[in-house]
Amino acid sequence: MEKIIFMQTNYEKQEEKAKQDNSSIIISDSVFRKFFIEVYSITIFTLRFFKEVLKPPYEFNELMKQSFLIGYKSLPLIVITGFIIGLVLTIQTRPTLAKFGAESWLPAMVAVSIIREIGPVITALIFAGKVGSGIGAELASMNVTEQIDAMQVSDTNPFKYLVVTRVVSATLILPLLVIFADAVGLLGSYVGVNIKGNVSAYFYFSQVFQSLEFADLFPAIIKTFFFGFAIGLIGSYKGYNSNKGTEGVGKAANSAVVFASLMVFLIDMIAVQITSLLQN
Amino acid sequence: MIENGTSIKIENDNKQNGTVIVEMQHLKKSFGNNHVLRDINLVVHKGENLVILGQSGTGKSVLIKCIVGLVEIDEGKLMIFGQDVSELKNKELVKIYKKIGFLFQSGALYDSMSVRENLEFPLRRQMRSMKKKEMDVLIKEALEDVGLEEAIDLSPSELSGGMRKRLGLARTLILKPEIMLYDEPTTGLDPITSKEISNLIMEVQKKYNTSSIIITHDIECTKLTANRIIVIKDGVCAAEGSYEDLEKSSDPWIRSFFE
Ligand SMILES: Nc1ncnc2c1ncn2[C@@H]1O[C@H](COP(=O)(O)OP(=O)(O)OP(=O)(O)O)[C@@H](O)[C@H]1O
Ligand SMILES: [Mg+2]
Repeated sequence: MEKIIFMQTNYEKQEEKAKQDNSSIIISDSVFRKFFIEVYSITIFTLRFFKEVLKPPYEFNELMKQSFLIGYKSLPLIVITGFIIGLVLTIQTRPTLAKFGAESWLPAMVAVSIIREIGPVITALIFAGKVGSGIGAELASMNVTEQIDAMQVSDTNPFKYLVVTRVVSATLILPLLVIFADAVGLLGSYVGVNIKGNVSAYFYFSQVFQSLEFADLFPAIIKTFFFGFAIGLIGSYKGYNSNKGTEGVGKAANSAVVFASLMVFLIDMIAVQITSLLQN
Repeated sequence: MIENGTSIKIENDNKQNGTVIVEMQHLKKSFGNNHVLRDINLVVHKGENLVILGQSGTGKSVLIKCIVGLVEIDEGKLMIFGQDVSELKNKELVKIYKKIGFLFQSGALYDSMSVRENLEFPLRRQMRSMKKKEMDVLIKEALEDVGLEEAIDLSPSELSGGMRKRLGLARTLILKPEIMLYDEPTTGLDPITSKEISNLIMEVQKKYNTSSIIITHDIECTKLTANRIIVIKDGVCAAEGSYEDLEKSSDPWIRSFFE
């Protein structure tokens, strides 16, 4: 009996609410509002970054420490995936090229795809998964356990000490990692070429370097700075502004990866448009 | 016995008349529609332990975070060492904050640093010209104060709850603050460890003559440490007095804290 009464009142309440304002419109309205609030606060966060990155004192020690940690943590994963991608790509591309009797193009073809596109994007995605989520989780847990407050009480600007150092490290380290991944990817490709057939390393790499132009390498590396910046910034934003609560930590890590990966593709798309415009 | 009683009474009276260290007048703070602090008036005297009681979520943590500027005040006046905080420049504020120690509710230990680095951090940050040797002396002293000498090279994740509280305490004490703000120093500890922490608080008060605000739900800790108690309800100070006064209060709600 009691249960039914409770349900009734609950239902009445809902009905009342629906009468007061057209609830379906309210839902989409609040989603939109949430989206714009998010965009707005990320913009503010980014502007704050640029304001604080230039202002002394610089947290140089922390920057070095973070750069080391970020690079060191993701290096093994990037080396392994880079090698496998190079290897697999070569094995997969061979039959297609063989159909056209263009097998001799294999090294050049794979090298261009790795260096222009696959190296930077795959490395950035791994970086987003490893470092972006790591920054998100770390800052979120520091937020929950009041470590950020404690820093502020210790006369330390936590935004500078935590956010600026991590974003700068991510921006500078990702391009290095991409160069690493490219190199290992080419090595993997060399192994792939040699699975069927016998090509000397000298011949392979001279063919690769002949096919590569400055116009392949330069824009591909430039865009990785933007990838690194976006990943560092989004990880920091999600962690720094997380909800106070343990569930906030997981949420921050998760949404940092999702959002950062999305940004990587978005930036990639824009970068490709710009380079093709410039080359014409 | 009687003599003892009177001497304690006199000491308390002295504190009542002593210099005012922290003073709040009509302090207000809201988060959106959540009016947390509505009208807070309180004073803390030199060398006094003021205990704040109140239900969970009444804004006790917010109250002491106002003192160190972690939370901005909406309205009202906050005076520290007789100076109105709102009228001070950043540099002067930093000087004042240097004299305030804050023990966070969750300890706020830096997980990525060892015990030693945790203690070094406030020194490096707030005493920028200090030499490494001086730091080591202070770190050793702070760890001795709380009985954690052996843990110096451990990381915070390897410490027990009680040790974490003590490390948090050591980290705030290392700068020899004149004001100590304790946010639930004994919560989550067993009665024996709680008592140890309460005794530590008393020792700190005696050794450095600090003025303290202690937020707690622990009635044993209150009994041990309080010179004066304020009860907060609905964003205002609902009651004020000594432990004995409030224990015998005519208001059953206030008495319920002491059961
Ligand atoms: N930064 C903040 N933003 C928004 N609301 C906040 C913030 N900090 C605290 N509050 C709100 O202020 C109220 C009081 O919080 P506070 O942490 O001070 O409670 P408390 O008295 O310390 O409780 P407890 O005994 O559980 O620690 C809560 O409703 C909380 O949601
Ligand atoms: Mg609290």
